[in-house]
Amino acid sequence: MNAHPDELKYSETHEWVRIDDDGHAVVGITEHAQEKLGEVVFVELPDEDISVNAHDEVCVVESVKAAADIYTPLSGKIVAVNEDLLDAPGLINTDPYGDGWLYKIKIKDMDEYKQLLDADDYKEITSEDED
Amino acid sequence: MLTTRKHTALYAAHLQQHACMVDFAGWQMPLHYGSQIAEHNQVRNAVGMFDVSHMGVIEITGSASQQYLARVLANNIYKLQQPGHALYSCMLNAAGGILDDLIVYFVAENHYRLVVNAATVTSDYAWLQQQAQEHRQQQLGAVDLQLQLRTDLAMLAVQGPQARATLAKIFPTVGIEIMELKPFAFLVTDAYFIARTGYTGEDGVEIILPATGVGAFWNTLLAAHVPPIGLAARDTLRLEAGLNLYGQDMDSNVTPLESNLAWTVAWQPEERNFIGREALQRQQAQAQAQTQAQAQMQTQIQLQDQALGQAKQPKLRQLIGVVLEEKGVLRHGYQLFVNAEPDTSTAVGDITSGSYSPTLKQAIGLARVNTPIKEHYYVEIRGKRMLAKVVKLPFLKKK
Repeated sequence: MNAHPDELKYSETHEWVRIDDDGHAVVGITEHAQEKLGEVVFVELPDEDISVNAHDEVCVVESVKAAADIYTPLSGKIVAVNEDLLDAPGLINTDPYGDGWLYKIKIKDMDEYKQLLDADDYKEITSEDED
Repeated sequence: MLTTRKHTALYAAHLQQHACMVDFAGWQMPLHYGSQIAEHNQVRNAVGMFDVSHMGVIEITGSASQQYLARVLANNIYKLQQPGHALYSCMLNAAGGILDDLIVYFVAENHYRLVVNAATVTSDYAWLQQQAQEHRQQQLGAVDLQLQLRTDLAMLAVQGPQARATLAKIFPTVGIEIMELKPFAFLVTDAYFIARTGYTGEDGVEIILPATGVGAFWNTLLAAHVPPIGLAARDTLRLEAGLNLYGQDMDSNVTPLESNLAWTVAWQPEERNFIGREALQRQQAQAQAQTQAQAQMQTQIQLQDQALGQAKQPKLRQLIGVVLEEKGVLRHGYQLFVNAEPDTSTAVGDITSGSYSPTLKQAIGLARVNTPIKEHYYVEIRGKRMLAKVVKLPFLKKK
């Protein structure tokens, strides 16, 4: 499995972003992030319909050993959250880029999206993390 | 500051097992080997092994060792009447603060072995040497007392319901003895020191052996289907068992009476003047006086909230178990409140250890709270107050 799919954009704080067919952005945490975190046992999702600014803490993903704040890489309005995670938080571990998505956001500023990292840049960050 | 990265003799073995390594008290130790929860369940349901070679082994020898340990340990060394038995104890400073919790093994006449926490080895050894010096000065004439910090040993914990049966097969000549070993008893066979002790709430043993032989022994255990277990699972296992972690649930700022460890303080015989005794007695008397004063105050009908607010806070806090009744995870440092809604009232306690319990599948935590203890509290998690119920420890009842 490709740890960091080429078609996605990434943040330095280990979130990924994918533009859906409806033009909204889906956000989740990366393969690298879920691996570092370990088995996820609880997710606190953002409220729907709230407006957020890029770099705000919008949700919390907790593994057995730690709680990780998730920062939104984009400004905009939350239009959907993945409620499946409330009962099956482990989806973040098993399918971080698919069923383990966190929320969907209506993008306010496309420039923010364009400035995100591509897969190669993100890969570089994660390789510095190793050691 | 120079960071030291100490390796146990099994460092390469951990890497070979694809361990995710972390720093623990200056040691590079395995956090997990893939799945913390699977490792946790493996120990609860079958058997697993932990490299705990980072822990400290200190030998106390000489004819004065028993008398010396009667002074430095809060539990009573005289309870160990014959070699082959061990005792859990706190070591206290003069103020009753916990310097460490440890296990003392009665190896032979005039020979005791202490196993202490990794993070406190250096400070413990310095303290023990200082106390030995004072002990020598107080006694007239020559005192036969030697301390030795062992750095040539390794230590493995083999834990789980199948632990002793597995070891009995590996050590056939003492197989029956291993199966009959009582809790806190130990035996020595060749270079192996095998004690029925542990930190998981499961049956099992801890084995001390020369570091030079631990690689081969590790492989023997692997071949016997005993998988390695990391520190992460060790933490959830010990928390479910209601066992304190030194440096987190207790330290030198609190006494055993505030740490759910009153049972380890041996008040009898009264003439045994262990370090910290006077302070603990003062603390206990003070707590009793305050409880009585509070009871008296509550009988006064005119007593108003204001007066209650001014009542002196009892000095003696207690360490209790709580389970979160709502979704979420308890973490070290979260504060406990009496009221359900965020307000200006001050916290009445805090979580010292918190995690998700893989066995109970809910959030559990140890909390240090003011007395008297309530039936439930509200834990503040990211600004929200969540209901937590007080439960009797351990969280996981013995089977």
